[in-house]
Amino acid sequence: MTRNRRFMHVLGRQSLSILVTLFGLLVLTFVIGRVMPADPVRAIVGEDATREVYEHVFRQLGLDRPMWQQFVFYMRDVVTFDFGNAVRTGQPITSDLARVLPATFELATFAILIGAGLGAPLGVIAAVNKDRWIDHLVRVLSLLGHSMPIFWTGMIALLIFYAGLGWVGGSGRMSQFYIGMVPERTHFLLIDSALAGQWDVFRSALNHIILPAALLGYSSAAYITRMTRSFMLDQLNQEYITTARVKGLSRRQTNWRHAFGNIRVQLVTIIALAYGSLLEGAVLIETVFAWPGFGQYLTSNLLIGDMNAVMTCVLVVGVIFIALNLMSDILYRVFDPRTK
Amino acid sequence: MSMTPPLTIPDKSRKMPQGIYMLGNILRFLARTPTSLFGIVVLVLLLLMATFAPLLATHDPYVQNLNNVLQPPSMAHFFGTDELGRDIYSRLVHGSRITLTIITLVTLVVGPIGLLFGTVAGYFGGKIDMVLMRITDIFLSFPSLILSLAFVAALGPSLNNAIIAIALTAWPPIARLARAETLTFRNADYISAARLQGASSARIIWHSIVPMCLPSVIIRLTLNMATVILTAAGLGFLGLGAQPPLPEWGAMIATGRRYMIDHWWLVTFPGIAILAVSLAFNLLGDGLRDALDPKQMNRR
Repeated sequence: MTRNRRFMHVLGRQSLSILVTLFGLLVLTFVIGRVMPADPVRAIVGEDATREVYEHVFRQLGLDRPMWQQFVFYMRDVVTFDFGNAVRTGQPITSDLARVLPATFELATFAILIGAGLGAPLGVIAAVNKDRWIDHLVRVLSLLGHSMPIFWTGMIALLIFYAGLGWVGGSGRMSQFYIGMVPERTHFLLIDSALAGQWDVFRSALNHIILPAALLGYSSAAYITRMTRSFMLDQLNQEYITTARVKGLSRRQTNWRHAFGNIRVQLVTIIALAYGSLLEGAVLIETVFAWPGFGQYLTSNLLIGDMNAVMTCVLVVGVIFIALNLMSDILYRVFDPRTK
Repeated sequence: MSMTPPLTIPDKSRKMPQGIYMLGNILRFLARTPTSLFGIVVLVLLLLMATFAPLLATHDPYVQNLNNVLQPPSMAHFFGTDELGRDIYSRLVHGSRITLTIITLVTLVVGPIGLLFGTVAGYFGGKIDMVLMRITDIFLSFPSLILSLAFVAALGPSLNNAIIAIALTAWPPIARLARAETLTFRNADYISAARLQGASSARIIWHSIVPMCLPSVIIRLTLNMATVILTAAGLGFLGLGAQPPLPEWGAMIATGRRYMIDHWWLVTFPGIAILAVSLAFNLLGDGLRDALDPKQMNRR
């Protein structure tokens, strides 16, 4: 009972603080999108628009009103999910986002599976073999993953595995030939094609996703490995491990069941955060692989100066980030016995 | 500067050699680990390259030669030529100046801002702390590249704006760190002593708190430089950073991309340069953390 009440109390405080952060997010995107550009109208109508067109758009954007009123309108638009149309597609930005986000989520999910599947065991192995050659190898590998400019690695990988060896598909989500052949249910191409039983589409999709996902996965594995290693070292240095060893448990048992068991919660929060930062890598990797996702949408709008669409994208990323943070926080509270 | 009490003068003069002594110790420690040594070597090479760029470059990085485009690496052009016949090796060498400029300017802006926010929030606590940290949190709720993208989009693409954008997004972790450090010795006796002597808050922060935060902030800044380089290269790659014909490494990769399939050298060499420098900073930062943190040193 009291535990529940305390949980509710924490949740209440949490949601208040999230509301404040969300408000700050709106202020920030408003300032960047509307206040900082020298002339937001020019960006929309172009250099050689007539005076009437300019005036029209100027009023349409509400730039003739005082700043606070503009902000109130902006807040109203956000709350009602009315972000206007994207200049490039002519479609509402919200429906554009609904179209492009699943492609990115599919890529990021695939990547995080690779990243966590690779990173966590490597981190454990490095911690267990601290200061041996394998630890140094893992450390250099993970720092390498941290240091690579992912857009460049993507190009080199395309050069080797696509142009050179022909092992994987090139750009896009699948071969041109298959586009539009799969009924969209989950918008995750791998799942949709499997559900429809179209295995050649599935294979094409897998062929296309594997390279960008592996690269994104490697870069997040780098982070996950390092964190896992340091969490594990914290545990391995504690006395209960020694006690368990003295009582006759094998190293394998103490390493995996005791130490790793205790860092699972921390690990989940780290993986949630790593998932969020995959969005960042996605912006670059999607450009290289012509992946029709969120990152490409963002950059293509950026290059034509459609600030409205850009700031909506930025806002969405912010909200996703906050949500992931909140999720990892809740997971922590739910699964860590000490917080109860 | 206000007048310094005479008592502190001998103190400071004793501190200087001690600082140099410590630096020597740290360098010796770093030189013992091969990975940090690699980092130091690469960064020294980068510094030398930037300093002596005109001497090291074999060609003018901007001169086009349309009779000599897309030549593969050879003795005349170590790393080949690009689509306008410019020597890629010379462009890389001159590009190191841009990279160094970016790192230096960003660090010069980010360090003080982060320290100011962090120490003020940590020292005063209460409402000031809450407001400042809330602002920090908002900036932290974006991946740094995406926020930089937004800033550059608003300000217009250019090298200077890219630097401003990166600086605007890179300070929050520093502020967080400085605040955490400040909190640990805010109530220390020597701070109370300074306060009882009538020192103003600004003076206490500047003289007693900032120096204590500096070591960890410097490590963090070093670690950050790898991120800064990658973000700058990413912006350059997207066409939002340095504009042509500047030989910025990320931008070189972006223009080389079109010719990549048949002319691999256009993208390969600038990429290796970015990778080497950011790896060097990561290795150095990693080593610095071990060198300056005795707890970490035992644990590693």
